[in-house]
Amino acid sequence: MNIEHLVGMANDICDYFAAESDRDAAVAGVAGHLRKFWDPRMRTQIIAHLRSGGAGLSELARLAVQRLADDERKVA
Amino acid sequence: MMSIAEKDLGTPAAEGGKRVTLTIDGFELSVPEGVSVMRAAALAGTRIPKLCATEMLEPFGSCRLCLVEIEGRKGYPASCTTAVAEGMVVRTQSDRLAGLRRGVMELYISDHPLDCLTCTANGHCELQDMAGAVGLREVRYGYDGVNHVYPRRDGEANPRFVAKDESNPYFTFEPSKCIVCSRCVRACEDVQGTFALTIQGRGFDSKVAASQDDSFIASECVSCGACVQACPTATLSENSLIEYGQADHSLITTCAYCGVGCSFRAELQGDKLVRMVPNKNGHANHGHSCVKGRFAIGYATHPDRITTPMIRNSIDEPWKIVSWDQAIAYAASEFKRLQAKYGKFSVGGITSSRCTNEETYLVQKLVRAAFGNNNVDTCARVCHSPTGYGLKTTLGESAGTQDFDSIERTDVVLLIGANPTDAHPVFASQMKRRLRAGAELIVIDPRRIELVRTPHVEASHHLQIRPGTNVAVLDALAHVVVTEGLIDEAFVAARCEKPAFEKWRAFIADPQHSPEALEGELGVPARTVREAARLYAKAANGAIYYGLGVTEHSQGSTAVMALANLAMATGNIGREGVGVNPLRGQNNVQGSCDMGSFPHEFPGYRHVSDGAVRASFEKEWGVTLWDEPGLRIPNMFEAALDGSFKGLYLEGEDIAQSDPNTQHVTAALRAMECVVVQDLFLNETAKFAHVFLPGSSFLEKDGTFTNAERRVSRVRQVMKPKAGYADWEITQLLSNALGYPMHYRHAGEILDEIARLTPTFKGVSFDKIDRLGSIQWPCNDQHPEGTPVMHVGEFVRGKGHFMLTPYVPTREKVNARFPLLLTTGRILSQYNVGAQTRRTANVAWHNEDMLEVHPHDAEERGIKDGDWVGLSSRAGETVLRARVSSRMQPGVVYTTFHFPDTGANVVTTENSDWATNCPEYKVTAVQVARVDQPSAWQQRYRAFDRRQQQLLPEAGADAGAG
Ligand code: SF4
Ligand code: SF4
Ligand code: SF4
Ligand code: FES
Repeated sequence: MNIEHLVGMANDICDYFAAESDRDAAVAGVAGHLRKFWDPRMRTQIIAHLRSGGAGLSELARLAVQRLADDERKVA
Repeated sequence: MMSIAEKDLGTPAAEGGKRVTLTIDGFELSVPEGVSVMRAAALAGTRIPKLCATEMLEPFGSCRLCLVEIEGRKGYPASCTTAVAEGMVVRTQSDRLAGLRRGVMELYISDHPLDCLTCTANGHCELQDMAGAVGLREVRYGYDGVNHVYPRRDGEANPRFVAKDESNPYFTFEPSKCIVCSRCVRACEDVQGTFALTIQGRGFDSKVAASQDDSFIASECVSCGACVQACPTATLSENSLIEYGQADHSLITTCAYCGVGCSFRAELQGDKLVRMVPNKNGHANHGHSCVKGRFAIGYATHPDRITTPMIRNSIDEPWKIVSWDQAIAYAASEFKRLQAKYGKFSVGGITSSRCTNEETYLVQKLVRAAFGNNNVDTCARVCHSPTGYGLKTTLGESAGTQDFDSIERTDVVLLIGANPTDAHPVFASQMKRRLRAGAELIVIDPRRIELVRTPHVEASHHLQIRPGTNVAVLDALAHVVVTEGLIDEAFVAARCEKPAFEKWRAFIADPQHSPEALEGELGVPARTVREAARLYAKAANGAIYYGLGVTEHSQGSTAVMALANLAMATGNIGREGVGVNPLRGQNNVQGSCDMGSFPHEFPGYRHVSDGAVRASFEKEWGVTLWDEPGLRIPNMFEAALDGSFKGLYLEGEDIAQSDPNTQHVTAALRAMECVVVQDLFLNETAKFAHVFLPGSSFLEKDGTFTNAERRVSRVRQVMKPKAGYADWEITQLLSNALGYPMHYRHAGEILDEIARLTPTFKGVSFDKIDRLGSIQWPCNDQHPEGTPVMHVGEFVRGKGHFMLTPYVPTREKVNARFPLLLTTGRILSQYNVGAQTRRTANVAWHNEDMLEVHPHDAEERGIKDGDWVGLSSRAGETVLRARVSSRMQPGVVYTTFHFPDTGANVVTTENSDWATNCPEYKVTAVQVARVDQPSAWQQRYRAFDRRQQQLLPEAGADAGAG
């Protein structure tokens, strides 16, 4: 899928969770949201995008996608 | 004329449990306190003659036909305006009374035409009945005196005679038959709240007139039909009644238009629909309706209906008419081929809020069980998905908290992003009645909607915010609540999670959320915001009502959570008169969401990763189910464009018109190899389809709809499906052909399965709905008759959860190229993409989408009323006509999206709600300029539309040919 759209969507989610003062909770919130609502192929794609530099992802989005990648590895 | 199936007890029922005992004609009876003598008698089976009284209205006491004798009282009181009293002794019949009544009738009849045999109301006319009931035998005055009946008198034009008014496409006004009972005038005032009718003149000269003696169509009349229903004579009659005559039987069903979900009696001769009359016992509408549900039903028999299955290999080929077997086999083989070639996840389905619960449920079952994935979504994605997310997160259930009647106990209404008089007209009438009775109103809307000021209703505050600033204004309101000590501390302490609340309180108290800090952003004076916050917070009962103006934003979910926070903080939840109430757009938005047509949730809003829930479905369905979320509608488009999504089954949904960024959507549709459309018409999406399965209208099938108050009501088959099958049967055929067997014999069996698998529907069944009339879920062992008000005593999730609500301005910003903001909406007479209403006489009110432009913006661009203007955004450009209107604020333009050729969605962008991808329809940066030719998109659209119409088989060809 168009990676710019996925990046935009991830950043939008982060804009919401950024209000959370507890950084760890914010990261967990975003990662949880992606896990719960994104089709696996979208998740795979955004994780791959992070691995190849993650252009365009906000700072919180990077942390969250990393967290998502770690969680998915644990599950797998 | 009221329904042929209903008894009119003369005056409204009374609330309250106390009873009084009285004697009528020698019989003692006990009736509720507060009812009239007339109603008491009717309850006991005695029908006192009456003309100006009807159960749908408060009594007026003008005709003097209902006189009775009451022991100890002088004279002959009118039984309609006299309340019962303990020990009262009433006589409804005596020689004296009979004489008086005959005298009254004689006067009426002397000024009434005597064409009963050929009159529309014949057999159901109250005047005729009363003449019979009082035993009128002669009219001593003759008929040639001063009258309203004859066009000419003594060879001269009769100045009192007024000709028929046939300007309204659905009903006729024939003043010569009017008895000036004022029932119509009072219905327009009390029931509808439009005040379009008046009685002009006095005494014998008085007559009914629409507005200032306008024709009905030119008046303020909104064609709700309340006056037609109230009229005791043929003066106001439905045109269908004039054409066909009286119906002989009726069936109760539910309107298939908006989320109010009005209950109707379909009145029939055989299987011919004569007219729709709102059901007096309908729990959502109490006998009222709007122009759509009552009158705009002609689309069901419109010649554009496609009634034979069709297939084609590519969208450039002509359609080929085939048998049902061939069409189903072809669709199934295509889906199988695609899954074999591109993988299990390359196909999916979309359900519609226009379909019944049973149909929606079956489509998601087909996707999950037969396709084996979770790629199922519904059009609620593009309207109310943020409601589901926001209310579930805060309160614990994805639904509105109240029933409509709750508003009867509301003191302050906070209305945001909703325009009920156009989009939810029957509920708007109820709201207006409550406002006339003294409740106060706060409107938050970029537009000056009708409720801001309408006869006998005026909002206390109108916060005319800039589009896209809902969250900011809600944060500002909450800030006032928090910092001015308006929190209901006891409620919050008892009912809500403390840590989340404390975090929210600290967050919202930050000065950045103060009305003063946000004044510039909102464009609303800080003082007004403060006053509005105080009014809502201090109300004994404050209720929030909201619509798509809240959800269809990049921060739709945040705004819904902000509303829930406000209600919790002020203790306005968990009882009658309060709550957070989403006004759903289409009739079955609530139901389609409940029925699990989201890619991450099974029916009842349970995540697909929940092992126990999945196991229950696997057991009932006999298959292994996928445990990961599937694609949402916008994701499907993206996946189609990258080549990983190839086949789509659409039931009753027209994504090519209703979804944003049309050109993006149609590109995605073109990229798919098999698009199966099940619909009534060759809609916009069907022009990109490979298989067309002709669906059935709501008149042709059985099932249930769930309205905005979680009310499950029956849809009943009134006529046989035109194309042979109800939609659930078509889905079943497809599933069987795909190799996943389904064997339902009746829609009721589907509902039984839903009840077995969904805790909130546990007690719902056709039988129970038939018995109770309707049921509001949750309906389970604790609430066997349903739940009008939710979160009483405890939230569904246990403790209420405050969520942070940061205001993040949309990415859609005005700049030099696109200096205006476009916002979209709907109007009363048309419905959504208009596929139905455009095919009715409702086009008399609205036959094209117009762009409303503020006079200032219009002048700057040299635009005059009626000019063609180009509307462009970064997504695309379209052309439509301008209407210069000060309902808009400068800098904001507005249009509706009922006509495909307008292409309002060509300009809307794919920006969407962060949590749910609900598109941001309500904010698009645009430019407007005068033009003199259609846009490039429109020219392409028209050429493509012409081509697709040509590819349709000749009318009259049938399946035998295939
Ligand atoms: S149709 Fe409705 S709005 Fe029109 S005059 Fe009758 S009651 Fe009033
Ligand atoms: S139009 Fe019908 S309802 Fe209205 S005053 Fe005349 S008779 Fe009564
Ligand atoms: S469109 Fe809505 S308000 Fe109008 S009759 Fe139907 S359900 Fe009722
Ligand atoms: S019915 Fe009572 S006065 Fe007309």
